[in-house]
Amino acid sequence: MTDVTETPAPTRLRRILDSDLFYAFRTSPVALISALVTMFLILSAVFAPLIATTNPFDPASLNLMNGFTPPMEPNAFTGENFLLGTDDQGRDVFSTILYGMRISLFVGVTAVVFAMVLGIVLGLLAGYFGGWTDTIIMRAADVQLTFPSILVAMLIFGIAKGITPIEYRDQMAIWVLILAIGLSDWVQFARVVRGATMVEKGKDYVAAAHLIGRPSFAIMIRHILPNVLSPVLVIATISLALAIIAEATLSFLGIGAPPTQPSLGTLIRIGQQFLFSGEWWILFFPACTLLALALSVNLLGDWLRDALNPRLK
Amino acid sequence: MTDAILSIRNVTVEIPTRHGLFKPVKNVSYDIVPGEIRGVVGESGAGKSMTGNAIIGLLDDPAHISEGEIWLKGQRIDNLSAEELRRIRGKEISMIFQDPLTSLNPLFTVGEQLVETIQLHLGLSAGDAKTRAIELLDAVSIPNSTERFDQYPHQFSGGMRQRVVIALALCSEPSVIIADEPTTALDVSIQAQVLDLIKQLARDRSIGVILVTHDMGVIAETTEQVTVMYAGEVVENGTTDQVLGAPMHPYTQSLIAAVPRPHKKVHRFPQVSYGGRETVFKIEDLARNWTQSKPSKEGKMLEVKGLTKRFVEKASLIPSRTTYFTAVDNVSFDIKDGEVFGIVGESGSGKSTVARMIATLYEVDGGEVVFDGSDVVTMDAKDRAAYRKQIQMIFQDPFSSLNPRMKVGEIVAEPLIHHKILGRGQAVTRVAELLDKVGLARGAEDKYPHEFSGGQRQRISIARAIATQPRFLICDEPTSALDVSIQAQILNILKDLQEHLGLTMLFISHDLPVVRQMCDRVGVMKMGQMLEVSDSETLFSAAKHPYTAELLQLMPQLAQLDG
Repeated sequence: MTDVTETPAPTRLRRILDSDLFYAFRTSPVALISALVTMFLILSAVFAPLIATTNPFDPASLNLMNGFTPPMEPNAFTGENFLLGTDDQGRDVFSTILYGMRISLFVGVTAVVFAMVLGIVLGLLAGYFGGWTDTIIMRAADVQLTFPSILVAMLIFGIAKGITPIEYRDQMAIWVLILAIGLSDWVQFARVVRGATMVEKGKDYVAAAHLIGRPSFAIMIRHILPNVLSPVLVIATISLALAIIAEATLSFLGIGAPPTQPSLGTLIRIGQQFLFSGEWWILFFPACTLLALALSVNLLGDWLRDALNPRLK
Repeated sequence: MTDAILSIRNVTVEIPTRHGLFKPVKNVSYDIVPGEIRGVVGESGAGKSMTGNAIIGLLDDPAHISEGEIWLKGQRIDNLSAEELRRIRGKEISMIFQDPLTSLNPLFTVGEQLVETIQLHLGLSAGDAKTRAIELLDAVSIPNSTERFDQYPHQFSGGMRQRVVIALALCSEPSVIIADEPTTALDVSIQAQVLDLIKQLARDRSIGVILVTHDMGVIAETTEQVTVMYAGEVVENGTTDQVLGAPMHPYTQSLIAAVPRPHKKVHRFPQVSYGGRETVFKIEDLARNWTQSKPSKEGKMLEVKGLTKRFVEKASLIPSRTTYFTAVDNVSFDIKDGEVFGIVGESGSGKSTVARMIATLYEVDGGEVVFDGSDVVTMDAKDRAAYRKQIQMIFQDPFSSLNPRMKVGEIVAEPLIHHKILGRGQAVTRVAELLDKVGLARGAEDKYPHEFSGGQRQRISIARAIATQPRFLICDEPTSALDVSIQAQILNILKDLQEHLGLTMLFISHDLPVVRQMCDRVGVMKMGQMLEVSDSETLFSAAKHPYTAELLQLMPQLAQLDG
């Protein structure tokens, strides 16, 4: 039958605003609040140099006399006021948190992107070709899952530390951290993509593409990949929260971000030394920031999973 | 009518959505008389199932009855509380669903499920309930009922399972049964048995039955009264003979006109032209620049010799221990230039597997597929690519055959660009032309498949299939997922393709009347074997093989139509 009305194709933005997903977002308070908090934290990390009162990593701006200033109180010697206090070296905690969050987010996002790309590629191959390809990739994934991911990350970190020359170690630390977290995280992407690929592979549009004569590579990228991406998006969001926590854990253990480039985890490690001597703010504020960041991203991921799953509606 | 057991009066169902109020059922009224079967017929989305659900209070939130009344045995039931309604549902009104696989719990034996329901409604002791359950299994003609009592649903075939569901519906000795497409998932031969059973039970036990279906054949064979629904409204109510033989409403007339006749071949299907859904095809225009119509060697386009396909049933590391299931067993036939060759058979007969082997989607385990003189099975990659350019396929399920993440324009352009027939710029014009020819509105190329109905998607599939100007088209149940009026339109397009473009077709279907209308020659398959190949007129008038004769006999006769 012919459509009587010929409505012009709506623009991309109109489509998004009209979509059920956006409607579900608009009407969910949890989604709105967590998205707002996430956006706020990400923006303040990105614009840290503009917001922060001092650059905590510029030694010239540090004054040891400012050390251990409590929040919202003038320093006993210099009379300077710090919103969230200062640490042992006189660094402004507020500024270190902003800069620390940059490192945490950078490591988290890059590690998840790395894990995602690796997982998608291996998952597509395993699901599409099946047989031995599938067996090898998925058994490797199974073996990897038998080790706790922190342990895998520590192993990779240890090896990398052993083979990099000492003068590059601090520069390399961040990248090794990304590699370590990314490598311990690809398995769940691969599993989900493999499963979804096996379902999509059986559908007739893939058969139609075969009939056209499209090569396997084109079918995987052009046809199957776009159809397996929505579960990947959900895992990526939840993984981001986990990666940020994993990075903080490793840094807390002292094998992550170096003190010259402290992430939230490094700040917490530094802070916990002073917890019992009464300087609670050095630990408390970075920990709260980590909590807010991980929680809001996680809630967003949870909401996304429910919103994209038609069976839960 | 005063003796009605169930009476639906002016029922309207509303679903509030964020796009506004949606009324899937508008002002529907009908009565059910004990011992009589009322058919409710209409196309998908006509609100026939929704009415059934409304009667027993199974509407999913936020759908609700906004107006009207439902009376059961002189008691109004639409305004009862959920608890009171639950007691009536099951006790007085039972339901039979379309898919017997999902309406039985796979973790309990059939006996357990029957006994539980009987105890719940009749309050019998365990022993008495078991005796009653076995009686019921006998009543629905399940052989060896005592042994089968202890079996699980997966040990029953589809037809047997639907019998169990019917037995389950009878447990509470209901006065009304709502059967929602009870035979749609079943093969013709089983369908006839299940419908006979429902007919007999209704008569013997004085049960009023609402039979919801889209199949005019089922209506003609089974029902006494019929209600025709269109877009949520009842357009016609009456006895089956009257509605089918002399339909009053233009929609009913057009619907009945579109039903493929089993008895005579027509040149074109009459178009359903109700509700301003006129469509114009311009397939003839395509013929002018259609290039690939050279004759094949000896006039035979495709020759299939001893084709065999085995699927691994149980894999084992030791090759001799691996067991196989032979899906296609030594099948041979040939298709001449410009011919439509049909394969009919019930589900699992291997007809789709044959199609997929010819399309090189499945590897061949034995035999030859000779296309225009050369064997496809042993071809090298380059020849295969050339072969694939000359064949195309139209699939059964219009929802899975189009990539949901690609725009329609990209879908249709893909074969053109892949085979380097046209550049990207020219392809755009060509795609617009193709979509226009198959009867889609302008602007279709910028939309995604989910914005189209099943019939429109099948048109898109056709546009994609003919984009490369193939010589040979494989149609694997192209209309079995579509409503009858849409089916007529799609079949007309296919007929036009064959007539004006000289396309050769392999047409696979389980629907005998459709096969009769479409095919020049027909092969009948059963359990992987080709039982009989013959001229379609000969096959329908004088079948040689007893299985074919049985299939033809089970075909709904539609005696009321055309006098």
